[in-house]
Amino acid sequence: MSKRFQGILDTITRIRGVRGAMIVVYQDGLVVSDSLMEGVRGNAVAALTSSLAKHVANATSASGAGVLQFLHLQAISGALLAVTAGAEMLVVAIADPSVNVGLVRLELIRAAEALT
Amino acid sequence: MTRTYSIEPWVEEPLAAFVAEAGARLALLMTPAGQVIAQHGFTRAVDVMAAAALGAAIVASTGEVAKLLDEPAFSVLNHQGERHGILLGGFDTPQGRMVCLVVYGKESTPGLVQLFFEEFSRDVREACPEPEAPKQVLASDFERELNDSLSALFRT
Repeated sequence: MSKRFQGILDTITRIRGVRGAMIVVYQDGLVVSDSLMEGVRGNAVAALTSSLAKHVANATSASGAGVLQFLHLQAISGALLAVTAGAEMLVVAIADPSVNVGLVRLELIRAAEALT
Repeated sequence: MTRTYSIEPWVEEPLAAFVAEAGARLALLMTPAGQVIAQHGFTRAVDVMAAAALGAAIVASTGEVAKLLDEPAFSVLNHQGERHGILLGGFDTPQGRMVCLVVYGKESTPGLVQLFFEEFSRDVREACPEPEAPKQVLASDFERELNDSLSALFRT
Protein backbone atom coordinates (compact mmCIF):
# COMPACT_ATOMS: atom_id res chain seq x y z
CA MET A 1 0.00 0.00 0.00
CA SER A 2 2.73 2.48 0.92
CA LYS A 3 4.53 1.63 -2.35
CA ARG A 4 1.39 2.69 -4.22
CA PHE A 5 1.31 6.02 -2.36
CA GLN A 6 5.03 6.50 -2.92
CA GLY A 7 4.57 5.96 -6.65
CA ILE A 8 1.81 8.57 -6.73
CA LEU A 9 3.97 11.06 -4.84
CA ASP A 10 7.00 10.42 -7.05
CA THR A 11 5.13 11.71 -10.10
CA ILE A 12 4.71 15.04 -8.29
CA THR A 13 8.17 15.36 -6.75
CA ARG A 14 9.78 14.67 -10.16
CA ILE A 15 8.63 18.11 -11.32
CA ARG A 16 11.41 20.70 -11.20
CA GLY A 17 10.91 23.10 -8.29
CA VAL A 18 8.77 20.78 -6.16
CA ARG A 19 10.24 20.44 -2.66
CA GLY A 20 7.89 17.77 -1.49
CA ALA A 21 4.51 16.12 -1.73
CA MET A 22 2.18 14.57 0.79
CA ILE A 23 -1.05 12.64 1.05
CA VAL A 24 -2.98 13.95 4.05
CA VAL A 25 -6.20 12.85 5.74
CA TYR A 26 -8.53 15.78 4.99
CA GLN A 27 -10.54 15.66 8.20
CA ASP A 28 -7.66 14.80 10.56
CA GLY A 29 -4.67 16.67 9.21
CA LEU A 30 -2.48 13.60 9.66
CA VAL A 31 0.08 12.43 7.10
CA VAL A 32 -0.71 9.24 5.17
CA SER A 33 2.45 9.28 3.08
CA ASP A 34 5.07 11.88 2.27
CA SER A 35 8.09 12.53 0.14
CA LEU A 36 9.74 15.69 1.41
CA MET A 37 13.06 17.48 1.18
CA GLU A 38 14.99 17.77 4.43
CA GLY A 39 13.87 20.69 6.55
CA VAL A 40 10.19 20.58 5.57
CA ARG A 41 8.05 19.98 8.67
CA GLY A 42 5.61 17.48 7.19
CA ASN A 43 3.38 17.12 10.26
CA ALA A 44 2.98 20.87 10.60
CA VAL A 45 2.26 21.38 6.90
CA ALA A 46 -0.29 18.55 6.91
CA ALA A 47 -2.13 19.78 10.00
CA LEU A 48 -2.24 23.41 8.89
CA THR A 49 -3.10 22.66 5.25
CA SER A 50 -6.01 20.46 6.29
CA SER A 51 -7.31 23.17 8.61
CA LEU A 52 -6.85 25.81 5.92
CA ALA A 53 -8.56 23.67 3.28
CA LYS A 54 -11.55 23.19 5.56
CA HIS A 55 -11.90 26.93 6.09
CA VAL A 56 -11.50 27.64 2.39
CA ALA A 57 -14.04 24.92 1.59
CA ASN A 58 -16.50 26.70 3.91
CA ALA A 59 -15.83 29.93 2.04
CA THR A 60 -16.29 28.39 -1.42
CA SER A 61 -19.47 26.71 -0.26
CA ALA A 62 -20.85 29.90 1.32
CA SER A 63 -20.05 31.92 -1.78
CA GLY A 64 -21.87 29.46 -4.00
CA ALA A 65 -18.67 28.30 -5.69
CA GLY A 66 -19.28 24.74 -4.53
CA VAL A 67 -16.91 22.08 -3.31
CA LEU A 68 -13.21 22.96 -2.98
CA GLN A 69 -11.05 21.33 -5.64
CA PHE A 70 -7.76 23.17 -5.85
CA LEU A 71 -5.92 25.44 -3.42
CA HIS A 72 -2.91 27.52 -4.39
CA LEU A 73 -1.08 29.72 -1.91
CA GLN A 74 1.75 31.79 -3.30
CA ALA A 75 4.26 33.18 -0.79
CA ILE A 76 7.55 35.05 -1.21
CA SER A 77 9.78 32.00 -0.81
CA GLY A 78 7.53 29.27 -2.07
CA ALA A 79 4.11 27.94 -2.90
CA LEU A 80 1.68 25.51 -1.35
CA LEU A 81 -0.70 23.63 -3.63
CA ALA A 82 -3.39 21.17 -2.63
CA VAL A 83 -6.04 19.15 -4.41
CA THR A 84 -8.88 17.29 -2.72
CA ALA A 85 -9.07 13.55 -3.37
CA GLY A 86 -12.69 12.81 -2.62
CA ALA A 87 -13.91 13.86 0.80
CA GLU A 88 -11.22 11.94 2.61
CA MET A 89 -7.82 12.97 1.40
CA LEU A 90 -5.73 15.90 0.23
CA VAL A 91 -2.75 15.73 -2.08
CA VAL A 92 -0.36 18.52 -1.17
CA ALA A 93 2.73 19.88 -2.90
CA ILE A 94 5.30 22.31 -1.53
CA ALA A 95 7.21 24.11 -4.25
CA ASP A 96 9.61 26.91 -5.14
CA PRO A 97 8.01 30.24 -6.07
CA SER A 98 9.00 29.81 -9.70
CA VAL A 99 7.48 26.33 -10.13
CA ASN A 100 5.28 25.56 -13.12
CA VAL A 101 1.96 25.76 -11.26
CA GLY A 102 -0.05 24.38 -14.16
CA LEU A 103 2.06 21.25 -14.36
CA VAL A 104 1.96 20.69 -10.59
CA ARG A 105 -1.82 21.17 -10.61
CA LEU A 106 -2.17 18.61 -13.38
CA GLU A 107 -0.10 16.03 -11.52
CA LEU A 108 -1.94 16.73 -8.26
CA ILE A 109 -5.28 16.13 -10.00
CA ARG A 110 -3.94 12.89 -11.53
CA ALA A 111 -2.71 11.81 -8.12
CA ALA A 112 -6.09 12.59 -6.57
CA GLU A 113 -7.83 10.57 -9.28
CA ALA A 114 -5.50 7.65 -8.64
CA LEU A 115 -6.42 7.76 -4.95
CA THR A 116 -10.18 7.80 -5.39
CA MET B 1 -15.62 33.36 28.59
CA THR B 2 -13.67 30.20 29.39
CA ARG B 3 -10.55 30.80 31.43
CA THR B 4 -7.33 28.97 32.14
CA TYR B 5 -6.48 28.42 35.81
CA SER B 6 -3.42 26.85 37.39
CA ILE B 7 -1.71 26.22 40.69
CA GLU B 8 1.65 26.90 39.01
CA PRO B 9 1.61 30.41 37.49
CA TRP B 10 4.34 29.69 34.91
CA VAL B 11 2.14 27.13 33.15
CA GLU B 12 -0.88 29.40 32.61
CA GLU B 13 0.44 31.30 29.59
CA PRO B 14 1.63 28.25 27.60
CA LEU B 15 -1.63 26.42 28.32
CA ALA B 16 -3.80 29.37 27.30
CA ALA B 17 -1.80 29.75 24.07
CA PHE B 18 -2.06 26.03 23.32
CA VAL B 19 -5.82 25.95 23.88
CA ALA B 20 -6.31 28.96 21.61
CA GLU B 21 -4.08 27.68 18.82
CA ALA B 22 -5.26 24.07 18.85
CA GLY B 23 -8.92 25.02 19.20
CA ALA B 24 -9.28 22.79 22.26
CA ARG B 25 -12.43 22.86 24.36
CA LEU B 26 -11.03 21.43 27.59
CA ALA B 27 -7.48 20.87 28.79
CA LEU B 28 -6.06 19.41 31.94
CA LEU B 29 -2.36 19.40 32.85
CA MET B 30 -1.46 16.99 35.60
CA THR B 31 1.19 14.69 37.00
CA PRO B 32 1.06 10.98 36.02
CA ALA B 33 -0.42 10.39 39.50
CA GLY B 34 -3.40 12.59 38.63
CA GLN B 35 -2.47 15.70 40.63
CA VAL B 36 -3.86 18.64 38.66
CA ILE B 37 -1.48 21.47 37.78
CA ALA B 38 -3.70 23.53 35.48
CA GLN B 39 -7.03 23.38 33.74
CA HIS B 40 -8.93 25.13 31.00
CA GLY B 41 -12.65 24.99 30.36
CA PHE B 42 -13.84 22.91 33.31
CA THR B 43 -16.47 24.51 35.49
CA ARG B 44 -16.89 21.90 38.23
CA ALA B 45 -14.22 20.52 40.56
CA VAL B 46 -15.81 17.08 40.41
CA ASP B 47 -15.31 16.95 36.61
CA VAL B 48 -11.66 17.93 36.99
CA MET B 49 -11.06 15.25 39.59
CA ALA B 50 -12.82 12.58 37.52
CA ALA B 51 -10.97 13.53 34.32
CA ALA B 52 -7.63 13.62 36.14
CA ALA B 53 -8.21 10.21 37.71
CA LEU B 54 -9.30 8.66 34.41
CA GLY B 55 -6.47 10.31 32.47
CA ALA B 56 -3.90 9.09 34.98
CA ALA B 57 -5.37 5.59 34.80
CA ILE B 58 -5.15 5.54 30.99
CA VAL B 59 -1.53 6.73 31.14
CA ALA B 60 -0.72 3.99 33.65
CA SER B 61 -2.45 1.33 31.49
CA THR B 62 -0.77 2.36 28.24
CA GLY B 63 2.54 2.62 30.11
CA GLU B 64 2.21 -1.05 31.00
CA VAL B 65 1.36 -1.94 27.37
CA ALA B 66 4.48 -0.02 26.32
CA LYS B 67 6.54 -2.09 28.74
CA LEU B 68 5.15 -5.30 27.22
CA LEU B 69 6.23 -4.04 23.80
CA ASP B 70 9.64 -2.92 25.07
CA GLU B 71 8.76 0.68 24.27
CA PRO B 72 10.08 3.43 26.57
CA ALA B 73 6.63 5.11 26.72
CA PHE B 74 3.85 6.19 24.39
CA SER B 75 4.09 9.93 23.98
CA VAL B 76 0.60 10.60 22.61
CA LEU B 77 -2.69 8.75 22.63
CA ASN B 78 -5.56 9.90 20.46
CA HIS B 79 -9.22 8.84 20.49
CA GLN B 80 -11.78 10.22 18.08
CA GLY B 81 -15.49 10.20 18.62
CA GLU B 82 -18.33 11.54 16.52
CA ARG B 83 -18.42 14.99 18.10
CA HIS B 84 -15.32 15.07 20.27
CA GLY B 85 -11.82 13.71 20.31
CA ILE B 86 -9.33 13.37 23.14
CA LEU B 87 -5.58 13.57 23.10
CA LEU B 88 -3.60 12.34 26.07
CA GLY B 89 0.07 13.18 25.87
CA GLY B 90 3.01 13.02 28.23
CA PHE B 91 6.31 14.88 28.32
CA ASP B 92 9.25 15.35 30.68
CA THR B 93 10.05 18.61 32.47
CA PRO B 94 12.68 19.59 35.05
CA GLN B 95 9.98 18.92 37.68
CA GLY B 96 9.22 15.45 36.38
CA ARG B 97 6.82 13.96 33.88
CA MET B 98 3.59 15.77 33.09
CA VAL B 99 0.47 14.56 31.34
CA CYS B 100 -2.01 16.64 29.40
CA LEU B 101 -5.57 15.61 28.61
CA VAL B 102 -7.09 17.63 25.78
CA VAL B 103 -10.68 17.51 24.55
CA TYR B 104 -11.35 18.98 21.11
CA GLY B 105 -14.39 19.25 18.90
CA LYS B 106 -15.21 19.40 15.21
CA GLU B 107 -13.56 22.81 14.89
CA SER B 108 -10.13 21.24 15.34
CA THR B 109 -8.32 18.15 14.08
CA PRO B 110 -6.03 15.51 15.61
CA GLY B 111 -3.22 16.84 13.41
CA LEU B 112 -3.59 20.40 14.69
CA VAL B 113 -3.90 19.37 18.33
CA GLN B 114 -0.86 17.11 18.00
CA LEU B 115 1.14 19.82 16.26
CA PHE B 116 0.44 22.45 18.90
CA PHE B 117 0.84 19.91 21.70
CA GLU B 118 4.47 19.49 20.63
CA GLU B 119 4.95 23.27 20.88
CA PHE B 120 3.11 23.36 24.21
CA SER B 121 5.32 20.66 25.74
CA ARG B 122 8.39 22.57 24.59
CA ASP B 123 7.06 25.84 26.06
CA VAL B 124 6.25 24.18 29.39
CA ARG B 125 9.70 22.59 29.53
CA GLU B 126 11.31 25.98 28.94
CA ALA B 127 9.11 27.81 31.44
CA CYS B 128 9.38 25.13 34.13
CA PRO B 129 11.61 26.17 37.07
CA GLU B 130 14.02 23.75 38.71
CA PRO B 131 12.35 21.66 41.43
CA GLU B 132 12.53 22.86 45.04
CA ALA B 133 13.77 20.59 47.83
CA PRO B 134 10.92 18.23 48.80
CA LYS B 135 8.95 19.27 51.90
CA GLN B 136 7.68 16.86 54.49
CA VAL B 137 3.96 16.33 53.89
CA LEU B 138 1.95 16.44 57.11
CA ALA B 139 -1.56 15.04 57.32
CA SER B 140 -2.77 18.35 58.75
CA ASP B 141 -1.42 20.22 55.71
CA PHE B 142 -2.86 17.82 53.16
CA GLU B 143 -6.48 18.98 53.30
CA ARG B 144 -5.50 22.65 53.36
CA GLU B 145 -3.19 22.21 50.35
CA LEU B 146 -5.89 20.29 48.49
CA ASN B 147 -8.42 23.06 49.15
CA ASP B 148 -5.87 25.71 48.13
CA SER B 149 -5.25 23.84 44.85
CA LEU B 150 -8.96 23.54 44.07
CA SER B 151 -9.47 27.23 44.88
CA ALA B 152 -6.63 28.16 42.52
CA LEU B 153 -8.02 25.94 39.76
CA PHE B 154 -11.46 27.52 39.93
CA ARG B 155 -10.61 30.95 41.42
CA THR B 156 -13.17 30.46 44.21
